[in-house]
Amino acid sequence: MKRHDKYDSWVIDAVARVRESRSAMLGLAIIVLLVLLAIFAPQLSPNDPTDVCLGDRLISPFTESKYPLGTDHLGRCVLSRLLYGARISLAVGITVVGISTVIGVTLGVVSGYYGGISDSVIMRFVDATLSLPSIFLAVVIAGMLGRGLASVMIALVAIEWTSYARVARGSVLSLREKEFVESARSLGVRDSYIMARHILPNIIAPVIVVATIGMAYVVLAAAALSFLGFGAQPPTPEWGAMLNAGRVYMRTAPYLTIFPGLAIMLLVLAFNLLGDGLRDILDPKRVVIE
Amino acid sequence: MLQLIPALLLVSVVSFSIIYFAPGDPAETLCTGPDGNANPKSVEEFRIKMGLDKPFHTQYLIWLNNVLHGDFGYSYQSNTPVFDHIKQAFGATFKLSVVSLIISLAISIPLGIISAIKQNSPVDVACMVGASLGVSMPNFWLGLMLMLLFGVYLGWLPVAGYGDGGDLEHILLPAITLGTGSAAITARLMRSSMLEALGQDYIQTARAKGVSERIVIGKHALKNALIPVVTMVGLNFGYLLNGSIVVETIFGWPGIGRLTIDSINMRDYMMVQGCIVFVAILFVVINLLVDISYRYIDPRIRYETA
Repeated sequence: MKRHDKYDSWVIDAVARVRESRSAMLGLAIIVLLVLLAIFAPQLSPNDPTDVCLGDRLISPFTESKYPLGTDHLGRCVLSRLLYGARISLAVGITVVGISTVIGVTLGVVSGYYGGISDSVIMRFVDATLSLPSIFLAVVIAGMLGRGLASVMIALVAIEWTSYARVARGSVLSLREKEFVESARSLGVRDSYIMARHILPNIIAPVIVVATIGMAYVVLAAAALSFLGFGAQPPTPEWGAMLNAGRVYMRTAPYLTIFPGLAIMLLVLAFNLLGDGLRDILDPKRVVIE
Repeated sequence: MLQLIPALLLVSVVSFSIIYFAPGDPAETLCTGPDGNANPKSVEEFRIKMGLDKPFHTQYLIWLNNVLHGDFGYSYQSNTPVFDHIKQAFGATFKLSVVSLIISLAISIPLGIISAIKQNSPVDVACMVGASLGVSMPNFWLGLMLMLLFGVYLGWLPVAGYGDGGDLEHILLPAITLGTGSAAITARLMRSSMLEALGQDYIQTARAKGVSERIVIGKHALKNALIPVVTMVGLNFGYLLNGSIVVETIFGWPGIGRLTIDSINMRDYMMVQGCIVFVAILFVVINLLVDISYRYIDPRIRYETA
């Protein structure tokens, strides 16, 4: 494997290595494709995703050119709903992972850097969250906050931030004792500056891995919560909610459950592939053969 | 081990607060008659009877004290002890989890071993692609697909329900649904841990002294490779509990997951609290048992007796 000359260009290095990992590239390709489909959903959709047309109820897929993937029980275009659904799943995933990363990394870095009481308190909280099956907690929080996507996002952030806090804290604990941190400290550099400028850049790699796999988890969990009726409410074209609504027509119109499920699986699979690939690539234990 | 107690306490405070501050008034919901109006007098009586008029910390302490004495309160809905419901539901969930775990291990361990022995072969690739799909597949979708195939089209198995105390016919589909996700995770772990074991010096030694390949793999490598997998069984149990919420709802399995969902929908706060705290205790106890079991599985690990 070729190492790049510039020492600080680990980003370039990482990109080069991603290109060598087949599964990571496949995952990345699917993600790019789905993001593009989500962005251009209004242009690509043959119909309005919430347009009810009772005259066109339950049309089978691949039979009418107006509805390539058929229609649901209210005569809404399945393909259009799937395309708009990609927007919702991606938006929920990015929002939850983004907020969780900010909260988790901040608390994790502070916790690891200072140690002491703040560390104990934060980590106890993390342990407590981890000592519960997460979906149970999410369901209870989302159920209690009331139905809707916002509740689901809050519930998922409440669970997700702990993994970022753990990873960040773990990395900081080993970095704290490194010479460059010690020398910065002996020069009288402020703690906040050390954390932001010296420590943060060094924990980005493990956080990216956790965030990518976190995307897969959040997309799946959000769909599950919507499926259970706690998340997106009708007529929102959310994949999990579509599955739930289509369930009733499973005998006569199985495609209403098959398509949204495949969509969820594809998106989750893509993030899992990319995440697994990145973990292997960014693993510090990995031996680089010149 | 003692550090688990603050964690559990925190869980109890958090779950109590979530429910305490939740919108919606259980007293009004439950006292609303068929005409859609609640009699203010009966609402007030109900509140006092259930202790809902007391301040937050008092309600919490009363509840905690009761929980520590094994009393999870009374269901708002049916007026029967919450613990009775949980006990019953846990029986169903336990049955489902055990069968799922057996299915999961029966699939994942052989596949993991074969993948490791035949690394990079088509069999290995197929297994690992299958594992990736298994991890990414929403279990509610898999459940519906199995239902569609075996219940609707082939008609081999009942579509849903508990049957006669959860008989084999009724347990199979939910158990397969629940077991698949954890099988995928375990198969990957089994493979990587087997690969690691096979790369060790003692394997080379065993081979060099002429031990047959079957014994090298079955005895020398497998014994060491199984250690992380056993850890996983504990984590798997958590995974299965998580999945039980969705799977039990789809298949109408009267377990703790479905009880939780139903209680949330009914705003039966006592029951929701009971469920979440019970599940938390269960989870912590399982993790503890896994920790203790290491000692017996891997004699190299010895805990300091402080």
